[in-house]
Amino acid sequence: MTEPAAQNLSAEGGHGAVPTTGVPAGSGRPVRDWPLWEVFVRSRRGLNHTHVGSLHAPDAPMALRNARDLYTRRQEGVSVWVIPADSITASSPDEKDSFFDPAADKVYRHPTFYQVPEGVDHL
Amino acid sequence: MNSVAAYALRLGDDALVLAQRTGEWIAAAPQLEEDVALGNIALDLLGQARSLLTYAGQAEGEGRDEDALAYLRDERDFTNLQLCELPNGDFAVTMARLLVFSSYQYELYSRLQYGTDPTLAAIAAKAVKEVDYHRDHATQWVLRLGDGTTESHQRMQAAAEHVWPYTDEMFDADDVTRELTEPGVAVDPGQLREPWSSYVGAVLDEATLTFPATRPAVTGGRRGIHTETMGYLLAQMQHLARSHPGAVRW
Repeated sequence: MTEPAAQNLSAEGGHGAVPTTGVPAGSGRPVRDWPLWEVFVRSRRGLNHTHVGSLHAPDAPMALRNARDLYTRRQEGVSVWVIPADSITASSPDEKDSFFDPAADKVYRHPTFYQVPEGVDHL
Repeated sequence: MNSVAAYALRLGDDALVLAQRTGEWIAAAPQLEEDVALGNIALDLLGQARSLLTYAGQAEGEGRDEDALAYLRDERDFTNLQLCELPNGDFAVTMARLLVFSSYQYELYSRLQYGTDPTLAAIAAKAVKEVDYHRDHATQWVLRLGDGTTESHQRMQAAAEHVWPYTDEMFDADDVTRELTEPGVAVDPGQLREPWSSYVGAVLDEATLTFPATRPAVTGGRRGIHTETMGYLLAQMQHLARSHPGAVRW
């Protein structure tokens, strides 16, 4: 219980790196018996798959079908990926500064110094 | 009621009654994800029912719309298969019922979409994609429950045997289908049995289940004869519409 939260970097919970130890909880054991899956949907050809949320399912084929029901009800997608949440290694909230802040003052990394040609929508 | 109206009505009644039954799972399914899946399936069926009942009313030509047909008919006027009104039972029974019914609907609609009645053909062409998914959903669960634990296997086998006696009714021809099969408006129900058995049999086989050898139940849904539970189902489905006749907003 005294382990630092940063040691556990699972994406369990579906919200990125959430500490799963040292956090007060009821039973100490998840109530759910099905594993968690992260869902990625490609909304149309030419775009990347984007993370849209998570769900529970007993196995991969059922996860794919549940994803279809939960996240593409309104024709949001042409392709769906599901990935076991515990296969994802996430960055730690404690390392946020060293991970991301150094990029803040490096304007030359941003493509702001030239015009994007018309018709190039998804550079 | 003429034969085209009667045919559209029975297909619509099948979808409507099973939509009502399936909807009973909402907020009571084993998992939230399954809740949504069953809700989708029920809504697909309801959509099919609306199109079919609307068309039945038009073909009848007496001014009845989908609501009049759904909410203002009594039990003996409903011509759905008894299979569709069977109580949900446990999850295995619901999946067994969905497997046998969606497989039947799939074979039916995939032929009806090439029928000579343009409205029925169009409804079937839209519905066949939906029921293909229903069939897949039921198949996935029957495979997992049948080839799962000892408990799930036993319950899945019991569920298959429970719904089986009601499947024969799907393939019975009567005056309506006999009149409409010749001009190509309806699909001869008898010709669906073989492809249906072939698909369902393969699923049961892969799920390590035994093809039930139960005797056909005494049915008669197409003639308006229903099981005891039908009255309760209609009471719940029709109560609001009958308590507030003509109400259009809430």
